[in-house]
Amino acid sequence: MSFSAMLMLVVTTILANNVVLSQFLGICSFLGVSQKTETASGMGGALTFVLTLASFVCGVLYHLVLVPFHLEYLRTIVFILIVAALVQFVEMFLKKYMRSLYEALGIYLPLITTNCAVLGVALLNVQKDYDIFIGTVYGLATAIGYWVAIVIMAYLREKMADNEIPRPFRGFPIVMVTAALMSIAFFGFAGIK
Amino acid sequence: MSRKNPGELIDPDRRKSRFDLSRYIYLRKDSVQERVVNGIYFENPVFMLVLGMCPTLATTTSVTNAIGMGLSTTAILMMSNLFISLLRKIIPERMRMPSYIVIIASFVTIVDFLMQGFLPQMYESLGVYIPLIVVNCIIMGRAEAYAGKHGPLPSLADGLGMGLGFTVALIVVAAVRELLGSGTLAGFQVMPAAYEPISIFVLAPGAFLVLAMFVAVMNRLKIGAARREDEWDPTGKFVCGDCRSCPRVKGCGGKPAVEAAKGSQEGRR
Repeated sequence: MSFSAMLMLVVTTILANNVVLSQFLGICSFLGVSQKTETASGMGGALTFVLTLASFVCGVLYHLVLVPFHLEYLRTIVFILIVAALVQFVEMFLKKYMRSLYEALGIYLPLITTNCAVLGVALLNVQKDYDIFIGTVYGLATAIGYWVAIVIMAYLREKMADNEIPRPFRGFPIVMVTAALMSIAFFGFAGIK
Repeated sequence: MSRKNPGELIDPDRRKSRFDLSRYIYLRKDSVQERVVNGIYFENPVFMLVLGMCPTLATTTSVTNAIGMGLSTTAILMMSNLFISLLRKIIPERMRMPSYIVIIASFVTIVDFLMQGFLPQMYESLGVYIPLIVVNCIIMGRAEAYAGKHGPLPSLADGLGMGLGFTVALIVVAAVRELLGSGTLAGFQVMPAAYEPISIFVLAPGAFLVLAMFVAVMNRLKIGAARREDEWDPTGKFVCGDCRSCPRVKGCGGKPAVEAAKGSQEGRR
């Protein structure tokens, strides 16, 4: 894959094919952890870290272990176990060696195990036949797209907190309406070819 | 609790609104029927608990997709609930989560291959969302909240109820999106030929918008139900807050609130 094609892939993954707003992966944490800009940003950072690492490790294991032994059918089980183990491992590693980073990301790490974006990217890499390097870049771009979306959403929610919202729309529904409008805006990027 | 004794202790379980179906149906706890009704109505995973949002948004572009997704989730939920319930005394406490994940992932893999083999067209359109059933919060949630603590038969029924509730919710959302977005229902033309489909409803923004409206309607019904309850509430207007969520209601029995309300009324006069 040439450099320009790679750049194109990164840009479209972040904007036009945004993981949350057009592929609906990672919705739970997108709605749950977007009340404040700082926590949203923390979640985005933690996810970027884990997602990049997970797409790399899953790619390595798939191409170097599962494919040579014809065990491709085990990929769902293997990938989810890798993600769960990786999250535990990253948590332990950060706790021991990078205390400040652990304190910043700590509470978000366990949430990432059930974030479908991580498993989704690992499976999409297989479906789209990406090799290890492109798969990792795709993982990083996806995570940045998630980060951008959740920070914008958190910023909008902070602004909205002071507004008078009709009672039935308070909480979950108004966030979904906001996400719909954001999604329309991100759709605009798909027009740029 | 009757209207004649306004000061009587409130039993929170008996405070039923008109919106609450349990006013009309009485089912034995943990029976098969109770579990199914509970999953479809009282604890509907999508509308009541707001769980499993990813597949609800992603696979409701058409009623056919919604049925496929709902039924495959139901099958996986039933099987994983059954196995987790059977193995609940063998699985050690500390290994609970990894064991659940392996059990769920195995059934997801089986359904994935069955679908690929027998329904290739459906498999194509649902894509990555079939293997992603592994991380659906409903399945893990039921394993943790129900199947790990109850016997096999109620757990199986719980899986069936929750799965059907999920399927019904998906079909309802999908019907609105498909009808408005492409003028069809499960592939059949329903709207007149002159109808111009509003295609944004089958695209991503439509998913968010339709679900937002559904949850808002549910909220409105809940608020309305709560308001009607307040009208004939023996404690009158809540003074120290909501007695239903108050942990000290057993101690005060709502009486101090009534006295306080009377006092403030007299004070105003």
